[in-house]
Amino acid sequence: MEREDNTTGLAVMEQDDIRRALTRIAHEIVERNHGIENLAIIGILTRGKPLADRIAKTLHSIEDRMPSCGALDIGLYRDDFTSNPVDRPAPHPTDIAFNINDKDIVLVDDVLYTGRTVRAAITALLDLGRPASIQLAVLLDRGHRELPIRPDYVGKNLPTSLDEHVKVSLMEVDGIDQAVILRPDGSR
Amino acid sequence: MMNLLTLRETSSDQIHYLLDTALSFVEIINRPVKKVPNLRGRVMVTLFYENSTRTRTSFEVAAKIMSAEAINVAIAQSSVSKGESLKDTLRTIQALKADCIVIRHSSSGTAQFAADHLQIPVINAGDGRHEHPTQGLLDMLTIQKHKGDLRGLKVAVVGDVAHSRVARSNIWGLTKMGASVTLVGPSTLMPHDVSELPVTLSTSLKQGLEGADVVNVLRLQTERQERGLLPSLREYSKLYGINSRTLRYAKPDALVLHPGPMNRGVEITADVADGLNGIHSAIEEQVSHGIAVRMAALYMLMSVPSSSVAQQMGDRI
Amino acid sequence: MRTVLKNGRVVDPSQALDQIADILIEDGRIAAILSPNSEQADAEIIDISNRVVTPGLVDIHVHLREPGFEYKEDIESGSRAAAAGGFTRVCCMPNTNPAIDSASVVGHILSRSAQVGYSRVHPIGAATRAMEGDQLTEMAELQEAGVVAISDDAFPLQNSETVRRCMEYCAMLGLPLLTHNEDKQLTHKGSMNEGGVSTMLGLPGMPRVSEDIAVARNILLSELTGCHLHLLHISTAGTVDLLRKAKAKGLNVTGEACQHHWALTDKACLNYNTDAKMNPPLRTQEDCDAVIEGLKDGTIDCIVTDHAPHAEYEKEVEFDAAPFGILGLETSFSVAYTTLVLTGHINFSQMVMLMSTKPAALLNLPDGAGTLKVGSVADIAVFDLNESWTVDRKAVQSKSHNTPFHGMKLQGKTCFTMLNGRKVEVN
Repeated sequence: MEREDNTTGLAVMEQDDIRRALTRIAHEIVERNHGIENLAIIGILTRGKPLADRIAKTLHSIEDRMPSCGALDIGLYRDDFTSNPVDRPAPHPTDIAFNINDKDIVLVDDVLYTGRTVRAAITALLDLGRPASIQLAVLLDRGHRELPIRPDYVGKNLPTSLDEHVKVSLMEVDGIDQAVILRPDGSR
Repeated sequence: MMNLLTLRETSSDQIHYLLDTALSFVEIINRPVKKVPNLRGRVMVTLFYENSTRTRTSFEVAAKIMSAEAINVAIAQSSVSKGESLKDTLRTIQALKADCIVIRHSSSGTAQFAADHLQIPVINAGDGRHEHPTQGLLDMLTIQKHKGDLRGLKVAVVGDVAHSRVARSNIWGLTKMGASVTLVGPSTLMPHDVSELPVTLSTSLKQGLEGADVVNVLRLQTERQERGLLPSLREYSKLYGINSRTLRYAKPDALVLHPGPMNRGVEITADVADGLNGIHSAIEEQVSHGIAVRMAALYMLMSVPSSSVAQQMGDRI
Repeated sequence: MRTVLKNGRVVDPSQALDQIADILIEDGRIAAILSPNSEQADAEIIDISNRVVTPGLVDIHVHLREPGFEYKEDIESGSRAAAAGGFTRVCCMPNTNPAIDSASVVGHILSRSAQVGYSRVHPIGAATRAMEGDQLTEMAELQEAGVVAISDDAFPLQNSETVRRCMEYCAMLGLPLLTHNEDKQLTHKGSMNEGGVSTMLGLPGMPRVSEDIAVARNILLSELTGCHLHLLHISTAGTVDLLRKAKAKGLNVTGEACQHHWALTDKACLNYNTDAKMNPPLRTQEDCDAVIEGLKDGTIDCIVTDHAPHAEYEKEVEFDAAPFGILGLETSFSVAYTTLVLTGHINFSQMVMLMSTKPAALLNLPDGAGTLKVGSVADIAVFDLNESWTVDRKAVQSKSHNTPFHGMKLQGKTCFTMLNGRKVEVN
């Protein structure tokens, strides 16, 4: 997916920026939901999962209790099967070890773009049960929505052009916390 | 990967991929609502020239969980000679716009034959005494779940090896993943020449099971006795039956598998089959793992409409 | 009418000839073998410089399928395929429908082959009526009608008593008995050689011992009856050994081998290629080596094709369900030259001996078959030993296409044959 050659990255969030953004999001979640009794945090695989874990940990420190936490694979819900599965890594299992019925769910992902991933995640979630509500938290919102989807919690709004690519790296997956914007032509 | 015909011709990378994928699908099978939409609008045809309830049902369940249509074409063995040729039947099904054919046939090589004559993916659901790759995969998935890594494990396959497609798929799959395989059974039910297979042979149950981490018990077709390959089921049971006593020849934590359907009291006793008295039997688990590996196979072969798979895979095969 | 085959390399083992020479043909017979570039007035000159000329090849084991299975092959297409492969005579097996078990069928084959005129055809009579293995055929009448031997090919006699009676009767008439050697109990449902490859493919096997047992029985019965026993399509090291011992003992036993039984192994069945399915089946390298050794030391008397055409739709089926048999006439010469002569196992003269002189003598074929001696009928073959070609299953004279040699690169190719001194036009 990433073309590392012939692209230049411009860091838009460093480690501390990410930490602060997630802390703020956690506080907003508590505020909006009047606590976390009925809350579950579910990360969309792959990079939504560590973000969800971090938010959950922060919620724990704020409210002194751990919210239910899970991971959601949306590979089987994608609408863009144009490449053979063998060209992609094997799917990760969804890991939601609790009943989602009547829960207030916060879906977590790294970048919000067209909205198709979130659409797939909502469908996948509804196949597992009937939550009371679904909210959306993202680290970066880069715009260019193709579906009527909007985030409830945003780490950073990032205006981009269509030919740019936004890449979030996280310690748990990539060994570094960073968000960069990549341009195909090497300008700037 | 365009077809799943044999584990002999499947690379260890592909086997890894199939097992990893199947493992991720186990979660879906255990959901209250077992449905994902990824193969919506695709058609899987099962073409069975031999009776088989469990394999066919397993493929149908796998397809339906992933929202594909599952159509069964059952053809009575007796009418084959009078009816249309296999080639014509296959091409008809393809013309009916199936996206994948799952075939079971009593003649070895039939799945390959189907693949040679079709542009759509073919999955071998058992051809004669040749191979039954999804059974091999589900055995491996089950072993992996209980034993972790397959590398270094010793697997004993016990029984009617000569006529067993399960045995052949076990042999290729397991050895590619680093396990060793010993075939155990009476000489009349052993292949006469195993020079092309990576296995060791033993006609002694005691020797064959020695140090075994897994005992895969094959079904004994009772007609073998009628064809004069066995003096009696009683003697077979006495020499090669797996019971709580003979299982002690293997490692204490040995895992027992059986592809089913079982002849209780012939090749396996009830207490072993049901995992009583501390025996590790994974026979029922194998059935649900069967669904997961068949989902993985369908996922790999049917995710992209067959026409574009053919184009994409052109340079890969 | 005079014709001169000019300046070719004449190889005729019947008179120990291997030299550049001209062959003068008069009135359909060999009139003289002259030193090269001889001056001949009033003669048609065919320049065959850089070519070899031999007695027309003789194949004593083919299936022409007529009458009854003309959709696979008929006398016209089969004898044309023979001519394309350098053969001027073929002996056709009796498993037609009706079988060659009556004088009328023999008559039909003889008149039909004379009419089409691509190569001579000598019928072989069935051992039992309708090849059912019970009642003997009227062999004396068959002999009178023109059969050159008796055979049970394709339906091997299982009952030893029947074989004994058959041999006694053949011995009385001076007819050779050509046996397909197979104990059917041991090959029950088998479709390829029993061995490592059949284990891997999961195909029911035909053990080598099934051939050896039948060979041993037939040799013992030949010893008992004095019948000339000829072993068809030898495929195992065991058979070669039994034949060698029988010959050492002075018994009246001979044998033949097919190109595929030394040039291919059972590995050709990988991928379930039904064009590699025949009976006896392709065996192991050890057997191939034994067959080659048998050809070298004279244990095996001749090379045949067992040309057995089957329609495409009959072979395009499950391996188990496919009929046994493969084409042979159009590849035999080139396969033998490439795999026996170019590899140094035998010399070219020995090869001509095995493919013409010896088989003609074995069945006492008339009119000086298998020789270029002066006075013999001018049945001649001309080859280009330098031409390389690749076998293409679609490019054959036969009606069928079932050759396992498809795609194989071979050296040596037939230029043309002559019957009665007249060039045979294949195309």
